[in-house]
Amino acid sequence: MTDMTDLADVVMDWALYLAFGFVAAAQIMAIIRLWIGPETGDRILALDTMFINAIGLIVLISIHQGTQIYFEAALIIAMLGFVSTVAYARFVLRGDIIE
Amino acid sequence: MTLASLATFAIALCLLVGAIFTLVAGIGLLKLSDPMTRLHAPTKAGTMGIGALLLASMIHSYALGDGSLHELLIMGFLFVTTPVSAIFMAKVNIHRRACDMPPPPPRDETWATLDVEDDAPEIGNPTRPDRTRQ
Repeated sequence: MTDMTDLADVVMDWALYLAFGFVAAAQIMAIIRLWIGPETGDRILALDTMFINAIGLIVLISIHQGTQIYFEAALIIAMLGFVSTVAYARFVLRGDIIE
Repeated sequence: MTLASLATFAIALCLLVGAIFTLVAGIGLLKLSDPMTRLHAPTKAGTMGIGALLLASMIHSYALGDGSLHELLIMGFLFVTTPVSAIFMAKVNIHRRACDMPPPPPRDETWATLDVEDDAPEIGNPTRPDRTRQ
């Protein structure tokens, strides 16, 4: 029985490190897309993806440390990401954010 | 197999699914060729990846003993807001003429996104008329 628990812990550790690597790689790809553009919509999309990946990284940190203390940070980043994406898009569409 | 190790395997599975979906979203964002095709990759796969990661976090909080469901707040918020921001970015692409233009509307003159005055330089698009691919 303790064999199975050890195996579960090992699998959990490897899955956590793999998830850190994958989400960080996705974040780096979003940074590259933000850098090379070429269209304004691509840059807005890259920023939105970076917000989503940041939420993922924060959730992974909270799993790694075993706390619930990062929940508010992830929620606030989700809300600010949506608001800033809509603000960027409205600025391109209307030339103004609050008309 | 005890319940704790079963929960740990479930956490690992959710982490792997979420990480693979997030990585595929990043690859799609980087490698696809057209602004509208680049739009579809992160808005679907990224949301699914974050959903799986938040599910792993919820199972983890139950496995630790003090269970909590308040990651559902983030999940619901993301599931509601991602289509809204996606349609805003699609409207930005149409407005900037960065994609194939939609067919003319059946009743009115033109689409509202394209209906801008030519003498409004910040919202009109006089700099790139050559991007019109119709």
